[in-house]
Amino acid sequence: MFTPALELEGHDINMSGQSAVILRKQSAAIIPTKQVFSWGRYPTTAHRFVHRPSWNDQVPGIMHDAADGSLLPYGLGRSYGDSCLNDGRELVDCRRLNRILGFDESSGMVRCESGVSLSDLIDVFLPKGWFLPVTPGTRFVTVGGAIANDVHGKNHHRAGTFGAHVRQIALHRSHDGLVICNAEQNSDMLRATIGGLGLTGVIAWADIQLKRVAGPWIDAELVPFDSLASFFDLSRESDGRFEYTVAWIDCFAGKNLRGIFFRGNHATEGGEKVRRKHGPTLPFALPGWLLNRYSIKAFNAAYYKMHSARKGASVVPYDSFFYPLDSIGRWNLLYGRKGFLQYQCVIPENNVEAVGELLERIARSGMGSFLGVLKQFGAAPAAGMLSFPRPGITVALDFAMRGEPTLSLMRSLDEVVENGGGALYPAKDARMSAALFEASFPRWRAFVPYIEPKMSSSFWRRVTGAQ
Amino acid sequence: MQTTMTDAPASYLNQATSGAGAMKKIVVLGATSGIALEVQRQLAGRRCELLLVARSAERLTELQADLSIRGAQKVLAYAADLSAVQHHAAIVDFVRRQFADFDTVLLAYGSMQDQKNSEASVDVMLEELRVNFVSACAILSLFAADLEQRRTGCIAAITSVAGDRGRRSNYVYGSAKGALSLFLQGLRSRLHPAGVRVITIKPGPVQTAMTDRMANAARFADTELVARDIVRALERRSPDVVYTPKMWRYVMTAVEHIPEVIFKRLAF
Repeated sequence: MFTPALELEGHDINMSGQSAVILRKQSAAIIPTKQVFSWGRYPTTAHRFVHRPSWNDQVPGIMHDAADGSLLPYGLGRSYGDSCLNDGRELVDCRRLNRILGFDESSGMVRCESGVSLSDLIDVFLPKGWFLPVTPGTRFVTVGGAIANDVHGKNHHRAGTFGAHVRQIALHRSHDGLVICNAEQNSDMLRATIGGLGLTGVIAWADIQLKRVAGPWIDAELVPFDSLASFFDLSRESDGRFEYTVAWIDCFAGKNLRGIFFRGNHATEGGEKVRRKHGPTLPFALPGWLLNRYSIKAFNAAYYKMHSARKGASVVPYDSFFYPLDSIGRWNLLYGRKGFLQYQCVIPENNVEAVGELLERIARSGMGSFLGVLKQFGAAPAAGMLSFPRPGITVALDFAMRGEPTLSLMRSLDEVVENGGGALYPAKDARMSAALFEASFPRWRAFVPYIEPKMSSSFWRRVTGAQ
Repeated sequence: MQTTMTDAPASYLNQATSGAGAMKKIVVLGATSGIALEVQRQLAGRRCELLLVARSAERLTELQADLSIRGAQKVLAYAADLSAVQHHAAIVDFVRRQFADFDTVLLAYGSMQDQKNSEASVDVMLEELRVNFVSACAILSLFAADLEQRRTGCIAAITSVAGDRGRRSNYVYGSAKGALSLFLQGLRSRLHPAGVRVITIKPGPVQTAMTDRMANAARFADTELVARDIVRALERRSPDVVYTPKMWRYVMTAVEHIPEVIFKRLAF
């Protein structure tokens, strides 16, 4: 419509519901790029340009005109570190490629463009009795992002990763045009793209196998636990009986680890419709000091108390079970302007002591978060070449970015992970060393031939030394 | 799509059957434009029937699939270049045959070239005026005749706040949209006795493909919000002129009151 350059100057009118507060003033001399962040808001980057195709027919042109290594697909920016960023280069924002192209009512197979969000799929298909085969802890990721990071959920021990339910994709490649990949044709390219961090090309559309459910309700159970050993017992005991299992841990409790074990199944009765609640949204980055060891300690104690009091079985709406954090818009701004880092690793099953060692080091550091998560991965074979989940225990924790002390704690955690034969999750990472990446994904070089020549990312350059 | 229906601000179905604000069969002119995409999605959630007109057959096919899955009762499509007035008769003919009892026409297409191009080339400028004003008047006149005769329905067209005052940086687009607003004003008065509503929709800057290259684009209004205002205006009684987001009504009132001696010196 028109540029209200003068009217808006100096006012912070947040008309868009988007990140108005964090915008930088654009100099007229450069091509306008909007500031793009990952979910952790660290590192800060400057992109040369952000392409925003509205239609798949525009993507080949964008790729054709781009220099080698200059592009990276971008979705809802829920990767925590720099795997969704391309500092100094360009992004292809896929969010407008958000159309559902086909649905088979009898089989639950859906074909959709890569920018369709999981939230959108739920809104459209849950009323028809279908749910996501695998869902991460937020509904605000795109299908393309879910594939590129081969995301997992609370049902990993049963269903594997998101990629395991992708039957077919169409991939924009600069030399070969639109490449169809499924189990029969280009199956290796499919395996490269699942967990491929967006580096194999732009996904035009994907066929996802949805899962039949009776309704939007979950039969959930909360079980408090007070040691790592009891977590393992609960996990072993629950994984056979429950489709979804995950634990929240209080990482400030030190030696006396405590937590809440969440487990659940889809309710077998349809029940009433669930109304989507829209909670508050953080308007701007809160002062960084608000989250400190005392406030988090207090939060964790309260959280534990509250949930222990609610222990036992209940029937809850799917959104409060799967997406408790989504009820606060832009909660990442809680961590202040410097952002935060997430540390998610997996430790092989035979090395349980390493998990204890990790938690101990965190407790000793006095840093740590209110979002500690423990989950036992299942034995499902990896769906992608660079898939992160593997048999073992995964630990995920948030840390406010406080500069060197935070980074040095993480390096000390790296030691434990590397010595324990574990791996770090690229989607959550902003700082792992090339050596640790190598240890986590020893066969990454086999993936390199599948990289689309036009693609690169900040993460990929950092951990592999690629240009 | 029942969840979407319960989320609707008012029970649409009741209104639809109650006569006055009924909106069930909507013709969208410029169905692949950024704002139209979002409006159509919301209408699909309300189980409307849609007839989409846009240039690209391929894109229309995608939209047909998407909107049907999202709940639209029926989605027809007609591929044509709306800026070419000679195609209008065929478009209207198709609508009359396939979608005879349509009740709403939403005009959502437009073109916004860099003003500099229009200053450099009279041809570019005339093309801007032709697409945004002349062709819009042409096609709306044809649909107006239908609705006037049937004495029902609604015509809505997306113009722009840019049409409220001529500005240095955008007066070609602005004058075309402003002229279209005047045209709609007259049409409204003509169709009023026939009970046909004419709604002028004036969005402020919106985040769509059309505005991507503008500085500050990230501050522009979200299409979802703008579309919600448009759908609300279509489905119930609304002011004749709808500003969206709402604050633009007040902003533009203020802008219109700046004396010309001052305004001409403002470089925006």
